[in-house]
Amino acid sequence: MADLMPDMIAGAKFKYVLRLADDQLILGQRLGEWCGHAPTLEEDLALANIGLDLLGQARSLFTYAGEVEGEGRSEDDLAFLRQERDYFNALLMEQPNGDFAVTIVRQLFHAAFMVPFWSAMTGSSDKTLAAVAAKSLKEVEYHLRHCSEWIIRLGDGTEESHVRTQAALDELWGYASELFEMDEVADEMLVTGVGVDAAALKDDWDATVDAVLARATLNRPEDSWSQTGGRSGQHSEHMGHILSDLQYMQRTYPGLSW
Amino acid sequence: MYSQGLIGADGTTHEDEEFLTAFQARIDAELKIEPNDPMPAGYRKTLVRQIAQHAHSEIVGMLPEGNWITRAPTLRRKAALLAKVQDEGGHGLYLYSAAETLGVSREELVDQLLSGKAKYSSIFNYPTQTWADIGTIGWLVDGAAIMNQIPLCRCSFGPYARAMIRVCKEESFHQRQGYEIMLTLCRGSDEQKAMAQDALNRWWWPSLMMFGPHDAESTHSDQSMAWKIKRFTNDELRQKFIDATVPQAEFLGLTVPDPELKWNEDKGGYDHGEIDWNEFWSVVKGNGICNRARLKARRMAHDDNAWVREAALAYAEKASVRETAVAAQ
Repeated sequence: MADLMPDMIAGAKFKYVLRLADDQLILGQRLGEWCGHAPTLEEDLALANIGLDLLGQARSLFTYAGEVEGEGRSEDDLAFLRQERDYFNALLMEQPNGDFAVTIVRQLFHAAFMVPFWSAMTGSSDKTLAAVAAKSLKEVEYHLRHCSEWIIRLGDGTEESHVRTQAALDELWGYASELFEMDEVADEMLVTGVGVDAAALKDDWDATVDAVLARATLNRPEDSWSQTGGRSGQHSEHMGHILSDLQYMQRTYPGLSW
Repeated sequence: MYSQGLIGADGTTHEDEEFLTAFQARIDAELKIEPNDPMPAGYRKTLVRQIAQHAHSEIVGMLPEGNWITRAPTLRRKAALLAKVQDEGGHGLYLYSAAETLGVSREELVDQLLSGKAKYSSIFNYPTQTWADIGTIGWLVDGAAIMNQIPLCRCSFGPYARAMIRVCKEESFHQRQGYEIMLTLCRGSDEQKAMAQDALNRWWWPSLMMFGPHDAESTHSDQSMAWKIKRFTNDELRQKFIDATVPQAEFLGLTVPDPELKWNEDKGGYDHGEIDWNEFWSVVKGNGICNRARLKARRMAHDDNAWVREAALAYAEKASVRETAVAAQ
């Protein structure tokens, strides 16, 4: 297959890497909003740390996406100069920070997915992606531990923190399913040994999240609703506002070096 | 920024002559004072005040720069800025810990900041209007902070001196990073150069104010100098900063917004125009452009997230009760 349609495969790989980059960029951007406003000084440092990890991963992935595309686009061209419809992050990543419970639940959903995802990706036939995966895995393992500890503290803390965290779970639950979606692009990457079977990671994610929620005395919400669209560039109303900030300088002063 | 920590400092102390003489002899011998050593109450009070104001400055200082994290122009700049602001938070944490060795809790100190009783550096009450402000803060504000902090690495109080060694290393890195942003702007388009000049115009004088009032107005300087909490006077440090910074501005091709600035061969330094002390005192007293917004942001972060800290405390107590129960079985 790789011999028959190299262009098509390169196109799919470009999109696949771009999706992955967008997830980390948009979530990293959201975490950057917390800087200076977190519940404790220690947590301010921790959220910045997680944000920095995600931005670092995004940079490696954007640079690689540009190489795969072969049209000379840099990490910044890709990160800053696309239309909203051409960003492919999962909708979970663009959800507003809300209160601290929302932020931590969002991060838990992400980390509980990325740990098995990067772990599987270390076996990719694509050496660059395998290398990014090995580095990123260590980082998201820490994110998962950090968020799990918080969920447990908040769920089993005070009545208020329990109520808030349960509400955050209920608010974000339907956004988790998008992480496990497979489509033509993802299938092609799986078949060629480049990508990961995201659907197969659901059991792992369930086990991780269920264990944390049980210790936190929180209820796992019903799987009664789900949202989708990010992978095809159909975003929530939040995305445009994220891009207004993200793209502000590049759009206002086109073509300059910073 | 930290000379301002001494504004209103009350170094009066009531120990007997013998105690004070023995203490001064240790200071004069350049021995470090450690947290459990005997020390005059005035020394302790002056240090708590200065270290706390330094810590508060780091924390409030996260806000003006944090204002640009989501809008940084490239991914590299975004990551560097987030890391830098995170460093400032780390300095704050480090400094609160140094203050705690003197017998005051972080909670007390934070309450003093939030109630408006404690001050932080006046510089952070100015707004960051453009991306060039991020470069200028690194270059000038961190540059001025370094001028103040290098001598503090030799401060007589051990924990503060040691904290300053690490902080200075990071601040030097930030200063170079800021200057590099300015260099990029000044080598860029006309619009970018104008942005850089505009930022220098707005930040120059407030940066000079960071060193605090003139020596003649700085009433508590003498005692702090004798105790070697402070090693140079405000005016000496300000002069050093100007002499180091003017050539850097020239290299960038920028004009320092002081028509009276002139090299003085005899003193081997620059003469400069008079600082607007009315503006300085107005900002110190809480009436700068951003004073209210800065405190409001800190209070909101504290109050809106109180439930998180309460939850962490409640959980820790539950966990400890469970552990005790398990141990008892």
